[in-house]
Amino acid sequence: MATLPATGETHSATQRAFRLPPLAAAGTFVALAAVALLSATTGAAGLAFGDVLTALVDRLPLVDVDSQLSARQQGILFQIRLPRLVLGMLVGGSLAMAGAAYQGVFRNPLADPYLLGVSAGAGFGAVLALGFGLDVGWGPFDALPAAAFLGALVAVTASAAIARGAWRSPATLLLGGIAMAAFFSAAQTYAIGQLSETRTREVLSWLFGQLSTSGWRQVWILLPYVVICGAIVLLHRRHLDVLRVGDDEARSLGLNPGRARLVVIASASLLTAAAVSVSGLIAFVGLVVPHIVRLLVSHSYRVIVPLSALGGAAFLALVDTGARTLTAPAELPVGVITAFVGAPFFALVLWRNARKVAP
Amino acid sequence: MSTAAAPRSAAPALSVPPALSCHEVHVTFDETEALRGVDLHLAAGEWLGLIGPNGAGKSTLLRAIAGLVDHGGEVSLGCGQRPGGTDVALVPQIPILPEGMTVAEYALLGRSPHLGWLATESRRDRRISSEVLERLDLQDFADRPVTHLSGGETQRVVLARALAQEAPILLLDEPTSALDLGHRDAVLELIDTLRRSDGISVIAAMHDLGTAARFADRLALIDRGRIVADGPPRSVLAPGRLSDVYATPLSVHTVEGEIVVLPAPRARRDHQP
Repeated sequence: MATLPATGETHSATQRAFRLPPLAAAGTFVALAAVALLSATTGAAGLAFGDVLTALVDRLPLVDVDSQLSARQQGILFQIRLPRLVLGMLVGGSLAMAGAAYQGVFRNPLADPYLLGVSAGAGFGAVLALGFGLDVGWGPFDALPAAAFLGALVAVTASAAIARGAWRSPATLLLGGIAMAAFFSAAQTYAIGQLSETRTREVLSWLFGQLSTSGWRQVWILLPYVVICGAIVLLHRRHLDVLRVGDDEARSLGLNPGRARLVVIASASLLTAAAVSVSGLIAFVGLVVPHIVRLLVSHSYRVIVPLSALGGAAFLALVDTGARTLTAPAELPVGVITAFVGAPFFALVLWRNARKVAP
Repeated sequence: MSTAAAPRSAAPALSVPPALSCHEVHVTFDETEALRGVDLHLAAGEWLGLIGPNGAGKSTLLRAIAGLVDHGGEVSLGCGQRPGGTDVALVPQIPILPEGMTVAEYALLGRSPHLGWLATESRRDRRISSEVLERLDLQDFADRPVTHLSGGETQRVVLARALAQEAPILLLDEPTSALDLGHRDAVLELIDTLRRSDGISVIAAMHDLGTAARFADRLALIDRGRIVADGPPRSVLAPGRLSDVYATPLSVHTVEGEIVVLPAPRARRDHQP
């Protein structure tokens, strides 16, 4: 615009409308930190708040403070609680981000890894790998997430194919997802039936959605996927906004909608598969968290994607703290609690959408 | 007729926006030919009006120029390149307005073709978008959802997104079909002012022939996928030709210096069943 008519003073209100909400981002960070501290200090061993903090600070390089924790307590903190906390955050962040990504590419507010059948597909792949002892690995990359990824990709492709391009209609896409989820659950049940009894118990306890860990191993399995796929989805957050005006207009804005969709679906599916392979099936996180961000902060995926990642991490860490303390010493599968919270929420969103469509 | 602009010279500064030319453009949808070899040239700074009956191929031609449909033939800028998102901005006939998106976010989408692979807006992108909103008198709407606007406001918001693209060529597909007379003229006057101040060129598909004649420097009449007349409004709007193309008797008048196209008086339609 070479010859702008004098617009010297730019209204600060107009300028502000273009910025992302910094308060919401800060708030989510604070919530995440608070949940982390709460989780680290809650449990049977009763570690004190201050002691945990000093023990953590002590671990920083070049810092040497004396924490009051005994060697046994240190062991509980660093080999049991923290790995589980970090794993919960990674899984929650992955699922929420994948949910936001699916909602964006399908332009469908009810898309979610679980409802699209992606989790079931990943679960079937993982059961095959787990149950039949597929045990090859390459560096930090394990066979389990790869098998889960294949299952996840088949499921999401099939769900989208069943909907035949009518992705925006929540019902059509979800029905495709239901068909896929039912199919893969059946396949999974059949596969489990072919296993020996000890294997069966192992696979079943994994399937319920548990974040019980043995040290940091699962965190290291999951981390590379979260970093790589998370970065790819984050880089596409703005493209998801462009896709909201439809493929035609997106193309006129210089975006290749097909390619963007393919990249995001692949990344979100790999993210889901990696999460499922370490935690089992955890439902509704990918639906609930992006919707809360939408409700409270913004409808723009530039905000929804990063805040869903942080919010999902906080949400699952909080739920898992409940899962291991509410009925202590027994433990609830974390997937059961997310379903308890998520199913009514899903019903609410569905109800509101139905009212919008109704005349 | 065709005053092809000087090709983009060595100086990268866009002081002279490139003109556009279409050569033998064909589009086929499922064996029906929507465009059958269109040749068209657009001079820099010109307003070209596309007229023709429904289904003649006006929208298809605009979509082919914007690269939204597969086509044969060639669409090229003055410099010989295929136009991209920084060269042409399309204002669609029925824009999709996403639920919950604010006016500011919508205008900011126009910056997409300018962003790098990190896809992050810079301060400059935000500044350009907010300046566009102010020029279109939309600053008070910046925080409003795009779904909660009147027809005229919506049209200006969609125009804001196209202007934020900073493309030297603006493609308008029936830009005012949803507006009443007053709002229609206001929006078209606005586009004309912007065209003159920024030196952009406009191709506008329009239904109302009188309005098209009033704003366009040149008209191109499309009939069944071909351009059948191309030139100054007064020569293109010949009653005989129009009656043929629109398959209904029409008469052309001049009222206070403006061209008006009217249906022929009913008495003269006696040759029709």
